[in-house]
Amino acid sequence: MNKVLLIIQREYVTRVRKKSFWIASIIVPFLIAGVYAIPVYFILNSNDTKTVEIIDESGLFKGKIKSDKDITYQFINQPFEQAKKQLHKSDADILVDIPKDVLTNPDGVKMVGKKSIGMSTQFDIQGTIQNELRNIKLENAHIDLKILEDNKVSVNAQTYTIQEDGNEQSSSSTGAMILAGVFGMILYISALLYGSQVMNGVIEEKSNRIIEVMISSVRPFQLMMGKIIGVGLVGITQFLLWGVLTFTASTATTKLMSGKIEEKVQTMQKTGKTKDDIAQFKKDFKDKNPLSGISQTIENVSLVKLIICFLLFYIGGYMIYSSLFAAIGSAVENSSEAQQFMFPVTIPIILSFVLGQVIIQDPDSNLAFWASMFPLTSPIDMMVRLPFGVPNWQIALSLTLLILGFLGTTWIAGKVYRVGILMYGKKPSWKEISKWVFYKG
Amino acid sequence: MSNILEAQHVVKRYAEHTALNDVSIEVPKGSIFGLLGPNGAGKTSLIRIINQITAPDEGLIILNGERLQPKHIEDIGYLPEERGLYKKMKVGEQLLYLAQLKGMNKGEALERLKKWFIKFDIKDWWDKNVEDLSKGMQQKTQFIATIVHEPKLIILDEPFSGFDPINANLLKDEILELKERGTTIIFSTHRMESVEELCDHIALINKSKVVLHGAKKEVKNRFKDDSYLIEFVGNLPETNNTFEILATEPLEDGITKAHIRNIYELPVNQLIGNLIQQVELKAFNENIPSFNDIFIKVVGGEANDLL
Repeated sequence: MNKVLLIIQREYVTRVRKKSFWIASIIVPFLIAGVYAIPVYFILNSNDTKTVEIIDESGLFKGKIKSDKDITYQFINQPFEQAKKQLHKSDADILVDIPKDVLTNPDGVKMVGKKSIGMSTQFDIQGTIQNELRNIKLENAHIDLKILEDNKVSVNAQTYTIQEDGNEQSSSSTGAMILAGVFGMILYISALLYGSQVMNGVIEEKSNRIIEVMISSVRPFQLMMGKIIGVGLVGITQFLLWGVLTFTASTATTKLMSGKIEEKVQTMQKTGKTKDDIAQFKKDFKDKNPLSGISQTIENVSLVKLIICFLLFYIGGYMIYSSLFAAIGSAVENSSEAQQFMFPVTIPIILSFVLGQVIIQDPDSNLAFWASMFPLTSPIDMMVRLPFGVPNWQIALSLTLLILGFLGTTWIAGKVYRVGILMYGKKPSWKEISKWVFYKG
Repeated sequence: MSNILEAQHVVKRYAEHTALNDVSIEVPKGSIFGLLGPNGAGKTSLIRIINQITAPDEGLIILNGERLQPKHIEDIGYLPEERGLYKKMKVGEQLLYLAQLKGMNKGEALERLKKWFIKFDIKDWWDKNVEDLSKGMQQKTQFIATIVHEPKLIILDEPFSGFDPINANLLKDEILELKERGTTIIFSTHRMESVEELCDHIALINKSKVVLHGAKKEVKNRFKDDSYLIEFVGNLPETNNTFEILATEPLEDGITKAHIRNIYELPVNQLIGNLIQQVELKAFNENIPSFNDIFIKVVGGEANDLL
């Protein structure tokens, strides 16, 4: 046992010491924080108000088009050609010309900008004119706008899950979806990333020819398990670093952002925006902030349960796949030879990731249930289901099957490994590798 | 002298062939034991069984009077034919790691390694990456890894292959020094000159079987064919009724060298008596076969039934 610890230590230390480990550990959280900060940044900065001058030749719109937080509309009385020439000198950013016959010829509206007009601004202005035009047409047809307004119904259902004690709990399915996606992604990447690290480690020992010295000191199974556990711990270390750094970076960004939001709210107050506007802005901000939904989900499912399950499924899934990768590594002599054998092992990983996309849509389907029970797909697919709430017995059953699964695969992998590491010179076939399982010590 | 290692009726089969077929050897304590045989004869299979890398299908291995078991790993040092190191690791770190895997504690391993680094004058290698070492330097490192835990039995598989003459000599000296300190050394090779020079016991494996086994002298005696190498001045008659001339070769100053066989198994004195009547005898030596001769003779199939 002491020797396995030595091997674990070596595998761990040599990897954690590498520059690439630290680069990945530091860059990823900043990417995540960036993904989180960018939408927030845009919410805050998209609000530089544009001034639009309207020449209303039809005379239909005066007093009807109202400025909003993005665009201030001003009506001017000038011929279009003249105003166009003066646009550069005026404060306005955009000039809009509404022709006399706009009711019959809505395509006649012209728009001129100082700079090129952004797509969303263009759509905003078009939308405003379009709305008014519609209202005018409806009025002309003697349709009461009030009645029409009342008919616009929007359903915004609140979703709840019924707890076993009968209590309702609000659930944010968007948050759960995001969290499920994140779990699926992390497990998918780590199965491939750390699994192939194990494989390359085995190939390295074999092609370096140190393997024979090693297994004259330790049993092949000890060497294999030491490597698998060592690399697995590297993975866990990386997750922890990512977690801590992401948390720190996001907190810092939030702090920074909330300062900015306060500033923004203050300027909004000064510029005489209504309370509703400010409330709308705050709500917008909250809606577009991806973290708020996630924290809601975490409250529902319980953070501790999520973390424990994540670790258990990560360990189980990692053990299954990395032992298979170790077996492949033992059978070949270089990475390019390994490609051919990797394919059948990566298929279930990819499959469970693809299934995960389907399961997110319907986390209680039969497919979801079975995918989260089968040991080769359960690590990813159970974690995808978990944020939506899974009964405890299913988690327990899935974990039991997973443990049996990894005992089975490590046993088989150990057998293949033991024979494979001493085989040189010829590329084995699947048939041959399967025979190795039954070789005697 | 008691035996440090005994293999008793060891059989190892692989899917298509039998690598070892009823192999029994005895390695006396403190000896240098040559495990000889052509490529593919089964030497490495036997060595791997002794190192507990694989297990025999039948038969027993006895080490120091005990059945071979995992704890014996610490008593054996093994330098495989295909040897390597972790390229990205530092020399000192790597040796420390390998020594600890052989059951030494860290402090002890550090002490011993320091001694070896001083002895080989390689102190400044400690923090070098293995990949920056020359091949000869790597060989020294590997050798230290093999012996640092001071095993009772050292197994060297083709130790001289890939060694330059300087390192080969260094290795030879170390082997002799280890022997002096009571260590038993098994080395497998098909280079007969090193067998001649170092071994005092041998076993020859051919086609999965032990075909020759014993002390060097005894084996050689078994292969003596009662022939002699003589040098003389004069004419040796082609036909006579005491010996047969196998070969002649003229040397300088009218001296001729001949290889003769005592066909009627006369006492040596009588043979010499016959010779001096016919020529002026300058030298008379018994022809003791070299291991090279024996190897070729046995592996060539002529003496398969000698044992």
